[in-house]
Amino acid sequence: MDTPNPIVNKQVKTVVKSPSIWKQTFRRLKKNKLAMISLFFLLFMFLLSFIGPYFSPYILDRTNVANMNQPPSAAHWLGTDNYGRDVLTRLMMAGQISLTIGIAAMVLSVMIGSLLGAISGFYRGVVDMVIMRIADILMSIPGLPLLLILAAILSEWKVPAEYRLYIIMIMLSFVGWPGLARLVRGQILSLKEQPFMQATEVLGLSDRRKILHHLIPNTVPLLLVVATLNVAGSILSESALSFLGLGVVPPTPSWGNMMDAANNFMDFRKRPWLWIPPGTAIFLTVVSINLLGDGLRDALDPKMRR
Amino acid sequence: MSEALLEVQNLKKYYSASKGMFKKFGDSVKAVDGVSFTIEKGEVFGLVGESGSGKSTIGKTILRLHEKTDGDVKFKGKDVFSLSKKELRQLRVQTQLVFQDPFSSLNPRLRVGDAIGEAMVEHGLVSKKEVRERVLEVMEKCGLSPFHIDRYPHEFSGGQRQRIVIARAMALNPEFIVMDEPVAALDVSIQAQIINLFSDLQRENGLSYLFISHDLSVVEHLCTKIAIMYLGNIVELAPKEELFDHPLHPYTKALLSAIPIPDPTAKRERIILTGDIPSPINPPSGCKFRTRCPMATDLCAEKAPDYRDAGGGHFVACHYV
Amino acid sequence: MNEMLLQVNHLQTNFYTESGVVKAVNDVSFAIREGETVCIVGESGCGKSITALSLMQLIPENGKVEGGEINFAGKNLLDLSKKDIRRLRGNEIGMIFQEPMTSLNPVFTIGEQMIEPIQEHLLLSKKAAYKKAMELITMLGIPNAEKIVNLYPHELSGGMLQRIMIAIALSCNPKLIIADEPTTALDVTIQAQILDLLRDIKKEFNTSMLLITHDLGVVAEMADYVVVMYAGKVVEEGPVLELFKNPQHPYTKGLLKAKPVIGERKDRLYTIAGQVPNLVDLSEACYFADRCEHAMDICRVKQPVLTEMAKGQKTACWLYEDGENQ
Repeated sequence: MDTPNPIVNKQVKTVVKSPSIWKQTFRRLKKNKLAMISLFFLLFMFLLSFIGPYFSPYILDRTNVANMNQPPSAAHWLGTDNYGRDVLTRLMMAGQISLTIGIAAMVLSVMIGSLLGAISGFYRGVVDMVIMRIADILMSIPGLPLLLILAAILSEWKVPAEYRLYIIMIMLSFVGWPGLARLVRGQILSLKEQPFMQATEVLGLSDRRKILHHLIPNTVPLLLVVATLNVAGSILSESALSFLGLGVVPPTPSWGNMMDAANNFMDFRKRPWLWIPPGTAIFLTVVSINLLGDGLRDALDPKMRR
Repeated sequence: MSEALLEVQNLKKYYSASKGMFKKFGDSVKAVDGVSFTIEKGEVFGLVGESGSGKSTIGKTILRLHEKTDGDVKFKGKDVFSLSKKELRQLRVQTQLVFQDPFSSLNPRLRVGDAIGEAMVEHGLVSKKEVRERVLEVMEKCGLSPFHIDRYPHEFSGGQRQRIVIARAMALNPEFIVMDEPVAALDVSIQAQIINLFSDLQRENGLSYLFISHDLSVVEHLCTKIAIMYLGNIVELAPKEELFDHPLHPYTKALLSAIPIPDPTAKRERIILTGDIPSPINPPSGCKFRTRCPMATDLCAEKAPDYRDAGGGHFVACHYV
Repeated sequence: MNEMLLQVNHLQTNFYTESGVVKAVNDVSFAIREGETVCIVGESGCGKSITALSLMQLIPENGKVEGGEINFAGKNLLDLSKKDIRRLRGNEIGMIFQEPMTSLNPVFTIGEQMIEPIQEHLLLSKKAAYKKAMELITMLGIPNAEKIVNLYPHELSGGMLQRIMIAIALSCNPKLIIADEPTTALDVTIQAQILDLLRDIKKEFNTSMLLITHDLGVVAEMADYVVVMYAGKVVEEGPVLELFKNPQHPYTKGLLKAKPVIGERKDRLYTIAGQVPNLVDLSEACYFADRCEHAMDICRVKQPVLTEMAKGQKTACWLYEDGENQ
């Protein structure tokens, strides 16, 4: 069937700077309302978390016994907690922590995952076997219990609170990389069969060039989508762990450990300003990231490109 | 006599048809089943066959993109399959391949200039500074405009993409190019442009081509010597004029008569072959063409015909010519 | 002269894409008489397939038939309901596609896929439908009909499947067969078989045929009447003998000269310079003007209309409108 393909038939006559694939993707993404709303919400969340605290008149860990458990007011927009700390300030600081952990864990797992996946898919053989079996083993253990066990060990070791942050990141990427590695490997395997990869063979290009200039750039769109979704997963896992007291521990705030207030019957019933804001923050952030990821996937859909 | 550039002796390439642990012995696809031919310097050699004839497999095996099953391939007197890593890199500069599908043979994430230039730099043919200049030179030769250099492949039509693929191959200044159905995916008006480009490049640079195609009219236009393949074997090989004016093998005759001629008044004897092309997994005994051959006898089922010279460099494999 | 079977008037099919509106079929008119074979010939993107799909209202989602009429046996197909169209497909109009492999469902046997439409359209019992299917298979020169009906599509070759597709298209004795590049995916020797078969069928059943192809060789062998399309428009049409002997439009001439022909050994092939234009945002000019070696000033400002020439040929080209319309 010869459906007219406007892009293919484009008459290349006038000199226009070629729109890169990224620009085209963004143009398509702009048409997706949900994804754009999500994008703006996430931007807002970032600004709130990273710039917001500078505008706050309250100091993060300063307790104020005279001002405990105040409901929202003009001075404390989201009220105060049971140490008299401003909830909004804590929420913003917690956002910094949660978002940083989410993104850092994603970056780590993408780095490990795509490197191992690319090596696996490109070289096959024994290397592939070893990497993929390790990934299989890690994937066969459900994520949360694994994290719980790791976190419990950490608690035993009495790791200081400020280092726990980094350890949580590493733990989360440890759970996250196998899925990514598999994905990248699959992508590389199918790309390797493409004629343009055969062309690199005919041209006598080196392995390094084949992987870095031909294979990896072609996995980037997919990676981008998965990495975005991965951030959401990491934020959720971090929250869950912190909620259970095994992740980021107080006094360092995180959305998860702020939710801990819901564990207390009195707080749950009488002081919803303690747990509704972090809950909402987690919920909206994760939903936004997922919607943005979906939007990206649609915008990058190869069926629409070519 | 001009010198032989590529010599193929009894080349065989089998693929195993069943995968996994329980490989049955002998259950293989005989994609290329003992093929011999020679391509001389400056020659355009046509390889014609229908699907499953193994013509593309030959093209890729002689460039050592696939390993052979048996036989010899010599490029400029050197055995292609026993080259060292360094010599193989040398071969990659001297030989090139142009693919059928110009859409999938270009990396969508590489600008045209990079696609054409990267191998030149990689092989140290030009310095990084000169590469752009050289790329523009090659692009001009292949009928591309200078402003195309910073564009991505998806902005081009099929014909222009094929020009990019050709420019990419020409950039290395090769001596020998395998053309694997290079115009099959193109429209008639574009096809003519590309075919003329092939002739020009060949003449100007003294190139040799192995031109693989299913289209006899294109092959007749472009090639000097032609081999007809059927199910992994060459059934007939002759210089162009000889093959088209005096075809010997019944398959060649049928193939020639089957091509629709764009002239409604043309009257001709049409030989319509019955049946389908048999599977290369389980080809017929004896002569593989006998199941569809109008002249087949018992002898054809018993014994495969010899591939012999019928005089004047006209080779044929049939009991009855 | 035989009676008109299909008359397409000013058909307009547009596609809505990211980069704009694509006028895939742009004011196309043609007619098919009973027992006649009309070939639409053109290069990829010229709208020939979309024309065929528009007739059956099978165009992809982002496309829409936005004007014109399609009169078939006294009815305007564009006015019919979805249900009526479905009845018409396969019943009065049979269709054959380019890819027989993908036109058949891989999980059903050949027999099941043949019997079902026969039962549905001809209201036959399963047994009678089976008998009819067997007859068709045998008639189309496929050996071992009993065995074939129990096979799945992947067990048959492309040529065999195309025969099955033809059998399905024929099963309800349609008045018109639309064949969209029916031999493009096939090997030359198999193509010869299928073309031979289509010719026999036409003779035997006196069905009309609309054949879509890019191959001028196939056109010369099959057509009674030829319609040449370029960039969504008909640029020339006429009886096959006239059109090949005396092509008028520079595009038709170019196409005929650009194709290498067995036995004609030329040093160089004639080429039509340039590329097919982008169908988005076309100007008022003749769409071929940029590639035409005879292009005149008027060609760049105004579109020529299809005008009757001698011997029933029609051409849309300013070269042949000396004075009259200027």
